[in-house]
Amino acid sequence: MTGNLPLLYKVASSHAETQDSFSLRLEPIGAALPAFEPGQFTMLYKIGVGEIAISVSGDPTTRDGSLTQTIRDVGAVSRALTATRAGDVIGVRGPYGHGWGLDQAAGHDLVIIAGGVGLAPLRPVVLGALARRHDFGRIVLIAGARTPGEFLFTEQLAAWADEPGLEVQLTVDQPATAWDGQVGFVTEPLSTLEIDVRRTIAFVCGPEPMMRFCANVLLAKGLPARSIKISLERNMQCGVGLCGHCQLGPLLICRDGPVIDYECAAQLLATREL
Amino acid sequence: MGPVPMASADQLARIRPFDRLTPAHQSLIATTARDVNFPEGATIFSDGQPAVGCWLIRAGHVALGTEVPGRGQVVVQTLGPGEVLGWSWLVPPYHWHFTAVASTEVSAVEFDTARLRALADSDPALGYPLSLGFFEIVVARLQHTRSRLLDLYGSPRDR
Repeated sequence: MTGNLPLLYKVASSHAETQDSFSLRLEPIGAALPAFEPGQFTMLYKIGVGEIAISVSGDPTTRDGSLTQTIRDVGAVSRALTATRAGDVIGVRGPYGHGWGLDQAAGHDLVIIAGGVGLAPLRPVVLGALARRHDFGRIVLIAGARTPGEFLFTEQLAAWADEPGLEVQLTVDQPATAWDGQVGFVTEPLSTLEIDVRRTIAFVCGPEPMMRFCANVLLAKGLPARSIKISLERNMQCGVGLCGHCQLGPLLICRDGPVIDYECAAQLLATREL
Repeated sequence: MGPVPMASADQLARIRPFDRLTPAHQSLIATTARDVNFPEGATIFSDGQPAVGCWLIRAGHVALGTEVPGRGQVVVQTLGPGEVLGWSWLVPPYHWHFTAVASTEVSAVEFDTARLRALADSDPALGYPLSLGFFEIVVARLQHTRSRLLDLYGSPRDR
């Protein structure tokens, strides 16, 4: 973190991932933010519109100062950000929060489970783990989407399917005519996945109910709750644990998260109106 | 399809819906099993037909679907290794409700469901845990389906 003022970044490219999600590649105009860890987020500032928290979706081994961030158009600021084009300038501050802890997961099998746009903050995990493949045991990626056309990073997923040392299972809720892959919720391939619970770390990101359902499947397999990491999304505003907008029980998600052990998260997610 | 060898009782002991049975009952069930293979595109069963057979998928994937006017055959679910295909043989009216097609080459263990049902009917000590095992599978699949019904990945703008 380099203080709380945004640094200026130029949009180098904008890539439409789906109908409503875009990946922006950002290049620093002057000073660059520090390198990020997989799972951390930045605050993206569309000048004159507002600022939102977006997790970094790019390659964590990149050292040229650039950032890749994937944004879904769900509100005024995200719409303005997805509408930016090459050459536009935005403000960026961060990176903030606790990431997935990929370094601490070295020596383990990784089970990575993504639902919908939850694949965005998990892509750096896959890229980071593949960059140091010998540090990990099995690496399994299970990704779900509503339809085949709603997967993010389709070219990368296709390449990963052929990647030795990476087991990829894609599944959709609703198939399309040309889809010959799996049909079912992400919990289905997860249910039949055989894992060694003594040496597995699970990273789960997606809508909260999906993460709960996946955690239940993993717990039923005997995986300890502390070995299940989930990424939470709340209304981050300051990004540094000062304003309290992202409070969840005793946690400030911007500071204590966004990635949290399920051992801690389970009770919080089960409490209504929290 | 290539018949034999049969599934062993040891194998069945590790697999729901047979893991609750006694070793003696698992050995009995194993005598109703045989190995089968389906080429990609093979129809394993069709909706409306009498429900005969139950398969434990060992490798490959099976697509369950139904014909929808204007859309053709719509896949509602795929099943893969370790999953059980076919439970309509267990309850009246003993007809398939969907069509099962091998979406890849499939190898599976096929059970003689007429014998399974006869064994379960004649011995509740076998029939009850067997039914309970299938019930757990059905409940799990219902929960997966309910999760999908939530349409969790849809855009917040659509809600």
